[in-house]
Amino acid sequence: MSILINKDSRVVTQGITGKTGMFHTKHSIEYAFGKNCYVAGVTPGKGGMEVQGVPVYDTVAEAREKTGANVSVIYVPPPFAAAAIDESVEAGLDVVICITEGIPVKDMIMTRHKMQGRDTVLVGPNCPGVITPEELKIGIMPGYIHKKGPVGVVSRSGTLTYEVVAQLTELGLGQTTCVGIGGDPVNGLKHLDVMKLFNDDPDTEGVVICGEIGGTDEEECAAWVKDNMSKPVVGFIAGVTAPPGKRMGHAGAIISGGKGTAVEKIAAMEDAGISVTRSPADIGKLMKEALS
Amino acid sequence: MKIHEYQGKEILRKYGVATPGGKACFSVGEAVSAAKELDGRLWVVKAQIHAGGRGKGGGVKLARSLDEVRDHASAILGMTLVTHQTGPEGKEVKRLLIEEGADIQAELYVGIVVDRATQRVTIMASSEGGTEIEEVAAAMPEKIHKVAVDPMEGLTAEQARELAMKIGIPDVALDEASKFLMALYQAFWDTDASLAEINPLILTGDGRVLALDAKLNFDDNALYRHPELRELRDLDEEDPNEIEASKFDLNYISLDGDIGCLVNGAGLAMATMDIIKLYGSAPANFLDVGGGATTEQVTEAFKIMLRNPNLKAILVNIFGGIMRCDVIAEGLVNAAREVNLSVPLVVRLEGTNVERGREILADSGIAVIAATTMADAAEKVVAAARGQ
Repeated sequence: MSILINKDSRVVTQGITGKTGMFHTKHSIEYAFGKNCYVAGVTPGKGGMEVQGVPVYDTVAEAREKTGANVSVIYVPPPFAAAAIDESVEAGLDVVICITEGIPVKDMIMTRHKMQGRDTVLVGPNCPGVITPEELKIGIMPGYIHKKGPVGVVSRSGTLTYEVVAQLTELGLGQTTCVGIGGDPVNGLKHLDVMKLFNDDPDTEGVVICGEIGGTDEEECAAWVKDNMSKPVVGFIAGVTAPPGKRMGHAGAIISGGKGTAVEKIAAMEDAGISVTRSPADIGKLMKEALS
Repeated sequence: MKIHEYQGKEILRKYGVATPGGKACFSVGEAVSAAKELDGRLWVVKAQIHAGGRGKGGGVKLARSLDEVRDHASAILGMTLVTHQTGPEGKEVKRLLIEEGADIQAELYVGIVVDRATQRVTIMASSEGGTEIEEVAAAMPEKIHKVAVDPMEGLTAEQARELAMKIGIPDVALDEASKFLMALYQAFWDTDASLAEINPLILTGDGRVLALDAKLNFDDNALYRHPELRELRDLDEEDPNEIEASKFDLNYISLDGDIGCLVNGAGLAMATMDIIKLYGSAPANFLDVGGGATTEQVTEAFKIMLRNPNLKAILVNIFGGIMRCDVIAEGLVNAAREVNLSVPLVVRLEGTNVERGREILADSGIAVIAATTMADAAEKVVAAARGQ
């Protein structure tokens, strides 16, 4: 089992004719069952084309109707990316994964507002995507570092997630699904939502949560874990050394008004029984100990 | 992006947010002329720098005559203002705001931010303005009133009025205060602001509601659709290294340690800073080169780091995903040759084609200390910085 995506997912790439969309669709098709899973692309005005052997449609609704696509991945440039999310939500897809970095926060506020009462699940924006190892890769992560296994991974950052996954794989610990939820303040799934999915997934035996400074998402997740989680959780928070008021790359990674410090987050996680390491080099090792 | 107080007030006035009359000045002569043009017998001379805490640092003075305006303007213009937000080196004052003095009856607070939890714009207001609002929030959270705004409706008249009542605006001023709050929200929304803070919001003796101070920050990701706001950027207020870095799509922030870091990805960059600290030293910077890490970017990144006189060593930590390690290694070698590195360089590569990448570094003839894991890299760079 896995969460969010598997080899039965049918994927449409929004922005497939752009350089980024084309590049990553190619790599994703080459990974595991990708050839079966990637069924459509969408670029307005480019319907009828074919990219990487995948038919291109003008709209997501059409792509869904013709191919049965139920998951979309978005590589559309930032000024148009929120509208691309809206389109997939309107078309009633199950999961929308938005890779695009740099979407204005206001656009995301409107998009999240329009998503109220809808069943579509949003991952991202500004995220590496989601991968269920040896089944389906949707996003920009390097596929080969992953391996099928019992650990769920949820993280706000890209390369730090790869670091964690590489450590796990090196230690022989494969992953059920790895979810990059992204570094933006207004986004789709939060740590808490993904944690619930992993808790309900019978194949996930333990979860790694990677957080970073800014906001209180990790604290909210920790509070839920404390009372509800039935599996071991291992955590790391990036940004112990980050000074307040300085935005560390991600739009959400900022300590403001004394809130969102790594120290607070680590305390909340430890209080919830999560094993937190101060060293990003020890995350895999800690998971191995937690599972043995 | 941050702007000056006077620029913020100019924007707010366009939306109908009431402020004291005022004028931006770049010289003492301009300051005196501005005071003459403004009404009244009381003026405030305010240093315009982006950092907060200007009053406590001596950058805001009351003047009761034109002579005093001249004296204060002479003293403040050109001074190095040190506040809790500027760091010990302070900031040179190059601009002033000359403003009409106000008859302050009460100091209140209003701030607007995007709240991650509700995923909406949230207005926070309090009767306890003027002081550090964080302290009020921590000690008396019941004194902070919040409204999460529906993005389709905006801040309604009812919500604005209720909020104004909660923070103790008297009945006679309720209409004006409601209009003030609605105008402030509209300004925030229309300009893609990330922060609007009025502290203090004041009640005057004649029942008016005014923004005595104004802080506006904008969402960098939305500046492409606000050319008029982009023009307000004041490069004097930014770190020259950060400006230089941004030209090459490098995300750089100066810090006060002695180990330079060059990493791909923001999360991994923070984690690299953290592990350096864990091994007993401190990072000289945050630097995210993004997914690409081209030769040109790495070269510029090295140059920027090498400007720092405190720099003792550099740690490169790259997780090559889509970007292959051999390509990154070639870029590192070319960059190291071009800048003539004067401090030890520790490189940790991981990911696609890592073996080939390590070979290229080893065969390059450049003095590179190779590391395998993040822990190994941190240990080696801390030792190298100490000359071990």
